[in-house]
Amino acid sequence: MKLWKLPAVLLPLCLLSTGAHAGKADDTLNIAFSKELEHVDPYYNTAREGVLLGMSVWDGLLYRDPQSGKYVGNLATDWKWLNDTTLELNLRKGVKFHNGEAFDADDVVFTLNYVVDPANGTKSQPNTGWIASAEKVDQFTVRIHTKGPFPAALEYLAGPVIIHPNEYYAKVGQQGVATKPVGTGPYMITSVEPGKHFVLKRNPDYFAAAKPKAKIETVDIRTVPDTNTQMAELFNGDIDLAWGVPPDQAGKMKSMGKFQIINAPTMRVGYISLDAAGRTGEKNPMTNLKVRQAVNHAINRKGILEALMKGSSEEINSACAPVQFGCEQKVTSYAYDPAKAKALLAEAGYPKGFEIEFYAYRDKPLAEAMIGMLAEVGITAKLNYMQYAALREKRIKDGTPMAFMTWGSNSVADVSAITSAFFKMGGEDDARDKDVAALLDKGDTSVEDATRKEAYSKALSEIADKAYWVPLWTYSSNYVMGTDLDFAPTPDELIRFYAIGWK
Amino acid sequence: MFKYIMMKLGMAALVALTVSFISFLLLFMAGDPAISIAGESATHEVIEKVRHEYGFDRPLLVQYVEWCGKALTGDFGVSYYFKAPVSQMIAERLPVTMTVGGLGMGFALLLAIPMGVLAAAFPNTIIDRTALTVAVVGQAIPSFWFGLILIVIFSVQLGLVPASGTRTWTGYILPTIVLGYYATPAIMRLTRAGMLEVLSADYIRTARAKGLGWRVVMFKHALRNAIIPVVSLAAVQLGFMFGGSVVVETIFALHGAGFLAWESISRNDLPTMQALILIFSMFYIVFTFLADILNAWLDPRLRAA
Repeated sequence: MKLWKLPAVLLPLCLLSTGAHAGKADDTLNIAFSKELEHVDPYYNTAREGVLLGMSVWDGLLYRDPQSGKYVGNLATDWKWLNDTTLELNLRKGVKFHNGEAFDADDVVFTLNYVVDPANGTKSQPNTGWIASAEKVDQFTVRIHTKGPFPAALEYLAGPVIIHPNEYYAKVGQQGVATKPVGTGPYMITSVEPGKHFVLKRNPDYFAAAKPKAKIETVDIRTVPDTNTQMAELFNGDIDLAWGVPPDQAGKMKSMGKFQIINAPTMRVGYISLDAAGRTGEKNPMTNLKVRQAVNHAINRKGILEALMKGSSEEINSACAPVQFGCEQKVTSYAYDPAKAKALLAEAGYPKGFEIEFYAYRDKPLAEAMIGMLAEVGITAKLNYMQYAALREKRIKDGTPMAFMTWGSNSVADVSAITSAFFKMGGEDDARDKDVAALLDKGDTSVEDATRKEAYSKALSEIADKAYWVPLWTYSSNYVMGTDLDFAPTPDELIRFYAIGWK
Repeated sequence: MFKYIMMKLGMAALVALTVSFISFLLLFMAGDPAISIAGESATHEVIEKVRHEYGFDRPLLVQYVEWCGKALTGDFGVSYYFKAPVSQMIAERLPVTMTVGGLGMGFALLLAIPMGVLAAAFPNTIIDRTALTVAVVGQAIPSFWFGLILIVIFSVQLGLVPASGTRTWTGYILPTIVLGYYATPAIMRLTRAGMLEVLSADYIRTARAKGLGWRVVMFKHALRNAIIPVVSLAAVQLGFMFGGSVVVETIFALHGAGFLAWESISRNDLPTMQALILIFSMFYIVFTFLADILNAWLDPRLRAA
């Protein structure tokens, strides 16, 4: 698909006409999703686009301020842990759903008990799997019982766990919600063509406690899969904002001077997972600590960042994104040092290097650059480039000796969303280190922030010492928009439609 | 004729059955559906549970027979990814694909047949060379590139048509051209070759000797005979076009069946893939069958075969 980029070179050459932005005139924000959203209900999709809709149309009990990182009340006004597994929340009074239904404890209890029931087949198990049940205390007080101590609960209640109206949901069912969803949020969905076209209108009666009232009257969302087509639509003024634009294309758009281009960091990090547990064979060289350290020393992350990544990406040394809670930065780091890498390989008994299978699913130029660097220290890595779904399946089933992967943590700003997901004996855990898993488990289940931090710090130090991963870099995202748009990206990469306005 | 039709029909049914069985097997070999359903960071226990609940641990033949039985009643199950009935999703998307496919075929025929006739009428002249160049270019240009160039010129620069989507009928123009142009070369060259062969036949010389006009000879006598192989080719090409073009549908954001197929493959959405493969191959089989019948009707000699 590389050739798809060719016309991008030609596009700017041909652009002599001026892009007239129709959006501001009729107070409509036109945007494009690059993939089809499978279902509007956030509990039935796993896509980032779904989170964006979820935040605009529904509300969670809490809200995390993206700038300060602090939790504030949203549908709940205050909350406290009664014990390690019981969270009691007082709910806001006077909130109404888009269809006029009043919000109270019944809605919370219905939604939470509905999504944790496996029979309902929600797709977001990591987001709700920690909930045991919800119980009504009185009309505006609920208790949430967790399956075990789970301090990250607040993060999930502030993010993907949104509240549905119980009476409406019971009446129309999951399929009804798919075509005519109802929430409490700053925007109402007025039109749904599944996977294709969504229209949001401002909710004039929004209670606006944690999130502001929407600034723009209408948000019109279409699915336009191809980035080049998205750029053409931007030129035509048929869309006002595009994100995830590749660096080369963003650079060309910038040089035209007719668009605002913002490069912002995201929570996505890249890493190479090394088969330390020997899942692909006990003789796999990656089971040797010195080899893993050599691989870490062999990769020139800075060189790749400067030459290929551009933007605001930065090197990382820990197995997490620096903005996440508990992401200890003071861990063993491995500077680029090919001579040391060669020496370590010789010590490990591979003076002439070895051959190994290297898997990747995106950023082929980056993968190829790293393979070149490995070749310089004597490691002949053979690239196997696969679709994500297929590579993930292979990693779960048989493991891979070396795999260049990335992870966006579903925008959850907590180490439990990445390090715990990959080092607690799950399908993609290539280390299978009991000590690390136990430390992470302690961090995941302690309520005290200090205890959590300490446990995560120890786990991350252990991961770095044992060189289980090659932590690579954070990813940044390019936003391209018309000059009349007033929009500031946040590190969680979530676009808050209601916060966007016109200049 | 009846016997011939029945024989062809029987063969078509056998091909359909074989295709359905092979596609069913291939898809199971291509990916583990349990892993894709279980979702991100699922443990082995969850995956095994899913495998059992969905019945993937049963013998393949049992699963195939069950799937076939339901498919015959139009029930292709529920998409793992979209959580919607597969038949409903396909019903929503096929009209777009079929519209673009039909228009594209019409465009191709309108462009290719006159060009083929002209090229044959004036062989090895500048007209012939021009027609050949148009055809070769059509074969050589990748659709995604051609599509984007058309967008740059007609949408961005001239502002005549939207860059993507089908909100107005003008949105169909560029996809029709891209898809149709791709099919043009083969039809044009077959028309030219057929015409050249027919034009050298004795009966054409006789017709000319009778003093019939050039136009009458060309279109009434020659083209009718030369068109027979083109009918088969066009039918087969239409079958392909109804299968959707992933490239054209992606560039022009058409939300057709081809894009759905590509999405289902990249997400391991088994029920959708199985249904689409079956339906696409059905198109192909039905159009090939119709072409056979049409040819037999046009040319009685074929009926004996």
